[in-house]
Amino acid sequence: MTQTAAEREEPVGSPPQDLSGEQLRWMYRRMLLIREFENTAQIRFEAGEIAGFLHLSQGQEAVPVGTCAALREGDTITSTHRGHGDVIAKGCDVKRMFAELYGRTTGYCKGKGGSMHIADFSQGIIGANGIVSGGLPIALGAALSCQMRNTDHVTVCFFGDGATAEGGFHEALNLSTLWQVPLIFVCQNNLYGLSQPWEETAFQCDLPERARTYHMPAECVDGMDVITVYGAVARAVNRARRGEGPSFIEAKTYRFLGHYVGDPATYMDQEEREGWRKRDPIPRLGRQLREWGYLTDEEAAQIRAEVEEELQAGIEFAKSSPKPPAADALSDVYVHFDHHGEPR
Amino acid sequence: MPKMTMVDALNTALHQEMEQDDSVIVLGEDVAVDGGVFRVTEGLLDAFGEQRVIDTPLAEAGIVGTSIGMAIYGLRPVCEIQFSGFSYLAFHQLESHAARMRWRSRGAYTVPMVLRTPYSGGVRALEHHSESREAYWAHTPGLKMVIPSTPRNARALLISAIRDPDPVIFYEPKAVYRAFREEVPEEEETWPIGKAQVVREGEQLTMISYGAMMRPTLEAADKLAQEDGVEVEVIDVLTIAPLDHETFSESAKKTGRVLIVHEAPRSFGPGAEIVARLVENSFWYLEAPIRRVTGYDVVIPLFAYEKAYLPSADRILRAARETLETPA
Repeated sequence: MTQTAAEREEPVGSPPQDLSGEQLRWMYRRMLLIREFENTAQIRFEAGEIAGFLHLSQGQEAVPVGTCAALREGDTITSTHRGHGDVIAKGCDVKRMFAELYGRTTGYCKGKGGSMHIADFSQGIIGANGIVSGGLPIALGAALSCQMRNTDHVTVCFFGDGATAEGGFHEALNLSTLWQVPLIFVCQNNLYGLSQPWEETAFQCDLPERARTYHMPAECVDGMDVITVYGAVARAVNRARRGEGPSFIEAKTYRFLGHYVGDPATYMDQEEREGWRKRDPIPRLGRQLREWGYLTDEEAAQIRAEVEEELQAGIEFAKSSPKPPAADALSDVYVHFDHHGEPR
Repeated sequence: MPKMTMVDALNTALHQEMEQDDSVIVLGEDVAVDGGVFRVTEGLLDAFGEQRVIDTPLAEAGIVGTSIGMAIYGLRPVCEIQFSGFSYLAFHQLESHAARMRWRSRGAYTVPMVLRTPYSGGVRALEHHSESREAYWAHTPGLKMVIPSTPRNARALLISAIRDPDPVIFYEPKAVYRAFREEVPEEEETWPIGKAQVVREGEQLTMISYGAMMRPTLEAADKLAQEDGVEVEVIDVLTIAPLDHETFSESAKKTGRVLIVHEAPRSFGPGAEIVARLVENSFWYLEAPIRRVTGYDVVIPLFAYEKAYLPSADRILRAARETLETPA
């Protein structure tokens, strides 16, 4: 593989003590899977095979992957409208995700949820939604439940910078420290709320400072560096499992493309975009792994081939899955009971 | 007369009202620099500056609450909620404050604001981005609820809404935004809020609809004329609250048969209220049960099911024929 500009830009540093080669390769593969899942979805959307809205996260992969690498079975997450990366990182199968995007019955939500609502409860994903602060109080409730049921599970709440201007943000942060719940707020700050630059949405743009006023540990990390994200989340998870309450992490990252597929994104400065592209988290980790002896060029090529094969199989699965009958549109609203109280 | 899309027509209304009244302010998410995701507010920032065209953060309750305060103190805010499904974050401000301020202050304070927001299916989006919940607002005493159906009536109604002394929820049918062009006179034109419009005259059946559903309803009316030789009367509701029931019952007294079409869920939808008014005012003239063709009592589904959910010209035609065939 040839070295790109990005691979020359960032310093390699020394290998992390708390991550094995296997874990690091998993991170690399997952980030690549997310990137290529979204590239594929974009192509299929532009070809008219997928309808609705598609909010892509190319550039942001290090945040969900670094975060979910610090979680274990039983831990839960909430996600957002830009959530493909979050749910793949948590363990969703791209086959059923593509099926959801194609509106097929084999999709995670039987083709009713679409891109913005992909959730696999068996993976601890308690929902994604298109209302930007909608997930924060829900994550709070899930974390409170972890605590009340005396488990050592934790909840991660993913949200974007846009959500921090909504009332739900304040209410969730306030209650989380009041009740000392095992919750990790992970703000994926990609610097734009649709067209609006992040720094134009608040006078106080120092998010960790805002979180500290609610009395929780808070830090801002480089969201383009998966190892750094992992470290910050792992520390927060440890505190949460020990019963030390919530933490707040702001991961500074960047959306390489527009808000949705079709957004010309003229509001984003060209130079800024190019600058962030040079900090692409995937080639950066690839270079680190090679330097540290965790990955050969052959292995990297093989990972790419496997990812491409997985995605191709996913597309084929989606396209060959049945389309739902129209009557399915009426199902799953609520249970009707008959006069004897039996569901019918 | 220039031919315009509904987007052009709404944009023209905003330009014209901002031009002639300095107290008109536009605010919302992505409305200024970006010109709005559907381009309705395009060019306003350049024309009127950032004092009057304000990009807000994602803060729907804040946007609406701010608008209420501005409206009470001398301005005429026109706020945009990017999709009608996002307005639920502002429900409290609308229901508890915007709607009640005149009543609460016994007329001392009024809230001359407009909340513009795109509603309706037809663009194959999904929940929060396609739904029709006009009944919430129509059910709230103190709010006016307007839904245009064409470029020309959209321009006229938006101007009326901006000049109205009370809060107006203005639903824009996004399925119509760029669906067709219509001649819109350059000179100012208004349409009274609270007045429906008979858009096609007939003797045998009254069809009542509004917003994006006017197109399939009119298509069905055309087919009935061509295929069955039946002339139906079609009424465009235009204002959901307050409802112009005189126009409905006048027509029902003439035709004796009524069909109502909306894409909002069926139960407790605007159709239910229209039926009630008709029964109250024209019961003795009715010759057949009033029928409704509506959305179903489900969340609007994603694209795979959207066609099945939305009333189509065929569904309307079937119901119209059943109504016409019912013996008096």
